[in-house]
Amino acid sequence: MLDFIVLFLTVGIPLSSALLLASLGETVNQRSGVFNLGCEGVMSMGAFVGMLIPFMVGGAGKVAWVVNLAGLLAAALVGALLGLLFGVVVIKFGAPQGIAGIGLQLFGTGLAGSLYRHFIGGAQGVAGIDAIRIPILSDLPMVGKMLFSCNPMVYFAFLMVPAVHYLLFKTPWGLRVRACGTMPRAADSMGIDVSRTRYQALAFGSAMAGLAGAYLSVCYAKIFTDTLVGGRGFIAVALVYFGRWSPLGVMGGALLFSLAQALQLAVQAYGFTTFPYEFLVMLPYVLVIVVLIFVGKSKHVGPAMLGKPFNREMRT
Amino acid sequence: MTPNAITSLRIEHITKRFPGVLACSDISLSVGKGEVLALVGENGAGKTTLMNILMGLYTPDEGKIYINNQEVVFKSPSDAFACGIGMVHQQYMLVPNLTVTENIALGMAQLQDGAKQDPFLTRAKRAAKLDLAAVRRHIVAISEHYGLAVDPDAYIWQLSVGEQQRVELVKTLCFGAKFLILDEPTSALTPQETDELIALLRRMSAELSIIFISHKLAEVKALSSKVAILRGGRLVFRGNTADHSSADIAALMTGHEVYLPVNQSKREPGKPMLEVRDLFVRGDRGNMALNKLNLTVRAGEIVGLAGVSGNGQRELAEALTGLRMIESGEVLLDGVNLAGKTPRQIIAQGMGYVPEERNIEGIVPTMSIRENLVLKDIGKPPFSHAGLISNKKIDQNADALREKFDIRCSGVNVAAGSLSGGNIQKVILAREISRNPKFLIAVYPIRGLDMGAAEFIHKQLLALRDQGVGILLISEELEEIINLSDRIAVIFKGQIQRTLGRGEATQRKLGMMMAGVKEI
Repeated sequence: MLDFIVLFLTVGIPLSSALLLASLGETVNQRSGVFNLGCEGVMSMGAFVGMLIPFMVGGAGKVAWVVNLAGLLAAALVGALLGLLFGVVVIKFGAPQGIAGIGLQLFGTGLAGSLYRHFIGGAQGVAGIDAIRIPILSDLPMVGKMLFSCNPMVYFAFLMVPAVHYLLFKTPWGLRVRACGTMPRAADSMGIDVSRTRYQALAFGSAMAGLAGAYLSVCYAKIFTDTLVGGRGFIAVALVYFGRWSPLGVMGGALLFSLAQALQLAVQAYGFTTFPYEFLVMLPYVLVIVVLIFVGKSKHVGPAMLGKPFNREMRT
Repeated sequence: MTPNAITSLRIEHITKRFPGVLACSDISLSVGKGEVLALVGENGAGKTTLMNILMGLYTPDEGKIYINNQEVVFKSPSDAFACGIGMVHQQYMLVPNLTVTENIALGMAQLQDGAKQDPFLTRAKRAAKLDLAAVRRHIVAISEHYGLAVDPDAYIWQLSVGEQQRVELVKTLCFGAKFLILDEPTSALTPQETDELIALLRRMSAELSIIFISHKLAEVKALSSKVAILRGGRLVFRGNTADHSSADIAALMTGHEVYLPVNQSKREPGKPMLEVRDLFVRGDRGNMALNKLNLTVRAGEIVGLAGVSGNGQRELAEALTGLRMIESGEVLLDGVNLAGKTPRQIIAQGMGYVPEERNIEGIVPTMSIRENLVLKDIGKPPFSHAGLISNKKIDQNADALREKFDIRCSGVNVAAGSLSGGNIQKVILAREISRNPKFLIAVYPIRGLDMGAAEFIHKQLLALRDQGVGILLISEELEEIINLSDRIAVIFKGQIQRTLGRGEATQRKLGMMMAGVKEI
């Protein structure tokens, strides 16, 4: 039984990292008042670009590190650019955000698939970034394997939780972002450029989504396929609501979802055949829906003007 | 430009067009040091638009602004702040889920970011960490200097309207305003708060120049040294306040003589129409908003419910109309108990309702006027038969009511939400009155309306009273309550404090009772 729990946590924590990065990014987007349903598409492009660079350049040892890092950075950059593109559509032209987001999702996923077939074709992997073992700590029984032998990007993802919290709640920029999401008219009356703030938030949030995608292709699966992201972008959006727009809450959601997923993998691996595994595959999704029903609904937490375009001279 | 004082502010030939509307047409004004200018006019006269132009929120199509005889061009409010102009908007520009300090820090950080001459390190440090403690000290200093009590750590959503207004004033002063623009500063305040504000502004005018928008003439007379009147986007009058009577100003504002009707009927009211017995109702936060409330309104009687908002008025109106659950107690409408009934059943019993939030609760803004007029009766003849709508009858109804209630619109097919506040209220009143109710609850019926519309609505309420309808009038405007009511009940902390007859009530007496004093 102990083995089972260790296996389940060792699988679950890395699994949560992509979700965590993407939903932290989406948290910043939504705090500014923009709802990016296209997160899935941005992650797909991030995943493709992230592995393209190591695949084309290759290299070994120190060089491989630099190349892999370049891949991750390129993924973040492409994510930011897609975020800004989305911004032009929904901020400048005021398109409905839900529909534009679905467009971005289809565009990103489709483009990533096409470019993959053009530049790479076939199922080819990359060496990618491996897990690192932290000396001494990783030799501890159980926790060593669970917490101290992870991929560097896993640590990065969890470090981003306090970082995003600080950004949102302790810096002037974060204050502006929150004001633009809740009452853009008030922000505007105080001389804050609502559009610019939303563009910045979108660039940041989408860079995180790009990075999340690259984590999947460079660190986790070490391969790209059309279905690699597999709906994680949508789950990330749901987790933001789940976490009530707080980085810590979002982390809780990402862990809960991933551990539920790990549970079903562990159950399958251990071959409990008496219980149909299909039900366990459903478990994480059911869990998220059930928890969403029960989470607090206080009006005073989230961005009240989420999804509403802002136009100063529009009379309301 | 950062002047130490604004010795003069002049706007010349300002014109602003919105699609289909000429909001401001060739307006010129000037305000000198220490002057208080009252900008008056009916709703839609262009007052707010003009002030938004002065704040850099709208760009004028034509015209120029001069400060201390130098031309200025404002591209955004931060340009106006930099010149020392600050505005308190009618709808407060505060972010509800931030604290007072955070709200003010929001604008202050913005001002500092503009100071590009600072060394890079200082700017980087400011970008990395929000110095809320410094902002808090600044707030405390300002609020002590001007005697404006605010709690810097409260969240905006926890504050009353009056408190939020003080936050707005402190905010504007924190930004270094030397010239204040106030857009209808008293429209949401209680009488006491209004008096306090006027005294405060008078003190402040020793140090600052002020423009305030209002259509309450008592305030204009009490506070301003100069008055400018707008009508239909044009400046129709400017002069010294002292040289003109309230009646003159009102006539210039509306274009005709105005008098607000007063209830002088000697008719005795009839049998009890609404009886509320030991009513307990919970508020949104789970507290007991109504705490054993008792109230009787008879047929052909207007009972004014006076009180500071937040003492249970909203909960009472919602409980009586079935929109809020009744914990215990009885509500008898013409002898039938309404407790536990649905809004639909209560409407069928003859309850009429003019709600507080006319744009949200009173109408469906995107639906046409003709549809809004039949919302409560669409399910039965003559407006529908066997589930099919009869457009002819709906049109006839709309045309008749438009005529009778003087609803000013380009046609009954336009969206009700596009009308002015006064006309929306007329649509609601037309719908409620045409249904021949036994009882009507009117909540803040003239809040934010200009004098022409207020006069019309008051006349309608008095006419309804004379037809034998019982009316519960909920308001914070003591003048309105005293003018219209047969009896006045004062609500305080969810209970009726005392009920006064028409003759006994004075503004002073009511004001004290609203503040919780029981015996005077």
